[in-house]
Amino acid sequence: MEDEKPSLAPLETGSDPPNRRIGPEYACGEEDIGGEVLAGTSLWRDAWRRLLKNKLAVLGMVIVIAIVIAALIGPSVIKRATGSAYDFIPKDQALTKSFPPFRGPDGKFSWTHPMGTDNAGRDILARVLSGGQISLMVALIATLVSLLIGVSYGATAGYLGGRIDDLMMRVVDVLYSLPYVIIVIVLLALLPAKTPTGQLAQLFLALGAVSWLTMARIVRGQVMSLKNQEFILAARATGVSTPKIIFRHLIPNTLGPVIVYATLTVPTVMLSEAFLSFLGLGVRPPRVSWGSLAAEGAQSLAIYPWQLIFPGLTMALMLFSLNFLGDGLRDALDPQMRKE
Amino acid sequence: MLRFIIRRIVVIIPMLFIVVSLTWGLIRLAPGNFYTGEKKLTPAIEKNLREKYGLNRPWYVQYGKVLWNIARFDFGNSLKYEGQSVNQILFRGLPVSATLGLSAYLLALFVGITTGTLAALKQNSWIDYASMVLAMIGISIPNFVLGPLLVLIFALNLFWLPPALWNGFPSKSIVLPALTLSAIYIAYIARLTRSGMLEVMRSDYIRTARAKGLSETQVVFRHALRGGLLPVVSFSGPALAFLITGTVVVERVFALPGLGNYFINACFNRDEPLIIGIVAFIAVTVLGFNLLVDISYGFIDPRIRY
Repeated sequence: MEDEKPSLAPLETGSDPPNRRIGPEYACGEEDIGGEVLAGTSLWRDAWRRLLKNKLAVLGMVIVIAIVIAALIGPSVIKRATGSAYDFIPKDQALTKSFPPFRGPDGKFSWTHPMGTDNAGRDILARVLSGGQISLMVALIATLVSLLIGVSYGATAGYLGGRIDDLMMRVVDVLYSLPYVIIVIVLLALLPAKTPTGQLAQLFLALGAVSWLTMARIVRGQVMSLKNQEFILAARATGVSTPKIIFRHLIPNTLGPVIVYATLTVPTVMLSEAFLSFLGLGVRPPRVSWGSLAAEGAQSLAIYPWQLIFPGLTMALMLFSLNFLGDGLRDALDPQMRKE
Repeated sequence: MLRFIIRRIVVIIPMLFIVVSLTWGLIRLAPGNFYTGEKKLTPAIEKNLREKYGLNRPWYVQYGKVLWNIARFDFGNSLKYEGQSVNQILFRGLPVSATLGLSAYLLALFVGITTGTLAALKQNSWIDYASMVLAMIGISIPNFVLGPLLVLIFALNLFWLPPALWNGFPSKSIVLPALTLSAIYIAYIARLTRSGMLEVMRSDYIRTARAKGLSETQVVFRHALRGGLLPVVSFSGPALAFLITGTVVVERVFALPGLGNYFINACFNRDEPLIIGIVAFIAVTVLGFNLLVDISYGFIDPRIRY
């Protein structure tokens, strides 16, 4: 740590003021000086180095990447290799039943179904990987939805301040104390979508719409501490409009905590999706997700435990890694927030 | 203090109003009705049904009736469980859910605080690392995976405990559901206690306590725990909301006759009075509990005044 120079560089992603810990007054630190760019360590490179020092976070990152790649290319690889797919039911009657892992129909060792098959003879590995696609997609998009709502809401409330801020945060307080899952259950149970795609869209919106509250609070706090700094004053003085100040100047500066919190939102949303699918409200057949696979597996638990164990543990592994990665990112990006 | 409490209680009423209106609106906006099923009804039967349940009256009359029902805590009769009032169902399901939730939370408090404190006092030892990795596992295993796994191990293979049965509190039947439900709280509480204790152990008043010659046990139990547990107390508010979600799953996994199970069934059945009854009940519980948590801050941390 001793050899690290204080970071003076602005965010790599935007030309606007530098990261908030340094403050805008030093923004000139990385200006071109005589055509030569001063090489400083940016916030992001600093954070990256700190992240790499955290072994558990690195392990988490490797596992997350591995699972994502497996979910993305796995189903087509399996299709080439064994002809199985998540919705492929064998024609042969003798094959449409649940085989244990690594067992062929003759009861001998076989590589065809490393996780076994389900009651209809479908390959569980293929189902887990395809389910992973859906689970990951739902988690990502719902997190994006919550980012979108939370960041703009929090930034608006924080920047405007006064009565409007009071009112907007009161709304957040009210929503906070509501049992939101209860509302989501009512919503999803009562408004079943006509198409599977509509179903997914509903899930994104429902999950995103309820998970933006903490994000709004974090962004509001950040914005409130930023808005009285000189660069905002300068923007106001030069006549920049309020929405432009919020979206061009304030929000880019809150990026650090926002990214950290978003990484921690992904596992939460993924868990909510699985929870809803487990109750039969989320992803519906023929689509599969980790939650709906676990629900299916739980039904025939006593006889075919592998139907629950593989999807369940894959999901737990993913959540475990995501949580460690999120914690590591938090420590790396924001040493002040670190809980020793 | 009293003014603070009264103000907070008054705020609960509009919040309850919002929740109930939202739920009622959702039920009404959704296409279909509780009697739309596999069988197509003849117009005459449908007309009679609508008359019987007051669905032919204008919407504001029906809405007013819902609010009036809540005001006097009588939600009418369930549409699917014939001949039973919503109140009967509420009072049948509540003891199950409350017993389960409470035993799980107490278990979590005990195990979580002990582990968290130990980890904090022996920071960076193997106890610390092991308990924090275990806590992360607890946070990451969804309860609907953990529950069936525990059933598989302890009920179906070892035959120690029943897989799905409800005999109330001091019985073997509550062990697996309570354990499943508490896993994630144990994990959260252990993490919160650890970080809270670490912060407090470095504060000036702990140095003062040590300087005046108190024993380490006294420092930890009399002084540090009080401040170190504040995060745990504030977690108890949101924890209740989690607990309700958790019980929905656990009750489904273990087929327990609790509120969560009734609630899911009511949603699928479009049993309007029952849905509204349970939603209103849960909302009041959550709001009331949040208030209790806020009041309790004042008792735990002498620095907080209202």
